Amino acid sequence: MNKEELLRYNRQIIIPEFGEQGQQKLLNASVLVIGAGGLGAPILQYLTAVGVGRIGIVDFDEVSLSNLQRQVLFNTQEIGQSKASTAAKKLALLNPDVKFDVIEEAISSRNAMEIIGGYDLVVDGSDNLPTRYLVNDACYLLKIPLVYGAIFRFEGQVSVFNAVHKDGSRGPNYRDLFPSPPPPEMVPSCSEGGVLGVLPGIIGAMMANEAIKLLTHVGETLSGKLFVFDALDFSTFQLSVEKNDQNPLSGKEPTITHLVDYEAFCGGAVGQSSIREISVHELKEKMSLGTLELIDVREDYEYEIANLGGRLIPLNKVLSKSSEIPQDREVVIMCKTGGRSKKAIELLQKQGFNNLLNLKGGITAWQKEIDKSMTAY
Amino acid sequence: MKIQIIAFGIAKDIVGKKQMTLDFEGKSVGEVRTCLVNRFPEFEQLASLRFAVNTSYVDDSFELTENDEVVLIPPVSGG
Repeated sequence: MNKEELLRYNRQIIIPEFGEQGQQKLLNASVLVIGAGGLGAPILQYLTAVGVGRIGIVDFDEVSLSNLQRQVLFNTQEIGQSKASTAAKKLALLNPDVKFDVIEEAISSRNAMEIIGGYDLVVDGSDNLPTRYLVNDACYLLKIPLVYGAIFRFEGQVSVFNAVHKDGSRGPNYRDLFPSPPPPEMVPSCSEGGVLGVLPGIIGAMMANEAIKLLTHVGETLSGKLFVFDALDFSTFQLSVEKNDQNPLSGKEPTITHLVDYEAFCGGAVGQSSIREISVHELKEKMSLGTLELIDVREDYEYEIANLGGRLIPLNKVLSKSSEIPQDREVVIMCKTGGRSKKAIELLQKQGFNNLLNLKGGITAWQKEIDKSMTAY
Repeated sequence: MKIQIIAFGIAKDIVGKKQMTLDFEGKSVGEVRTCLVNRFPEFEQLASLRFAVNTSYVDDSFELTENDEVVLIPPVSGG
């Protein structure tokens, strides 16, 4: 280590358990961070500051106004710019010694092994269930440890998967914790369920801490444990996570030996859906014919941001106002991304409706594919 | 038997609050699950929901004692 490095990292080098040895391990290490969003931003900032040698940043998205309440790495002037390359540019100012790999693509079964392979550790700050199963499986197959964290409103979860223990055995993984995915509407993302601005900062910093311990072999990690935090009442739980013999990835008789289709795995997990869908392109055509009824089940404030002129009946009022929904012609139900509208259709079908179509991808898909001038949120 | 339910994530939304006392017939975790599905049908969709007692996950055959704290932790995915 040169004089500047000794100075830059002095405050952690002087900790007896950490020392120059711990710092050298960080400098030699490579970490891949999936997602440069709420969790990704603080993870990246801390891993850069503490001096991890090489950091990969995977994110295909751009900075948007609704990110800034929690993604403190970005600023208002950067709206519309690539998250991964903007992050790398700013992090290089924080610590010019770190080498950054900018990966501006969506991670999928097709490219995950290639992207993840070659790193010492992966930190998952992604924002959806299919990606979480994908990253888990790829890390298991590549024998790379994984730091897991996820957030919802005031709550967060942290764990470490696939860690190599002192006796050479490997710790449990995400499929030991959650063997099968619930239907998508039961797992809302930050954009659907909301999240308090400070929460990803708390959970992201904890994830960075787990990453540092894994890389330096200092302290005890959360391998084999799930940490759960509720910022609303400051309650915490730490549960032990056991390896499951029935785990299709890592159990006694594994059936998953390569990456699968994770959208299908997470989307069609429970029974057969009897809900018909319509794409935004099909909707556009039908709207021009004019016979179509459109119902929007989002909240008032969302409707104000952007709408397609549909009748506004928020999801929690759908049953009490079902008499306002026609039954004699096709009705398209829409929300932000398609989850709430699916739920509304399920409720209404139980009441006897059979003329409802779910707008696939919701108004978000409309904004992306039909009308880019519409405000995205 | 009366037990305490502590719900996180979407389970908290379904129950309507973080903590509640559940009076149910029987003593196993499986019977708690049945009771919850009857009272809150949305739990049916959370088939993979696991129950924890005293910092460990337990399976449906686990027998509870009066006033046990049963914690419900569904997956969350936000980032």
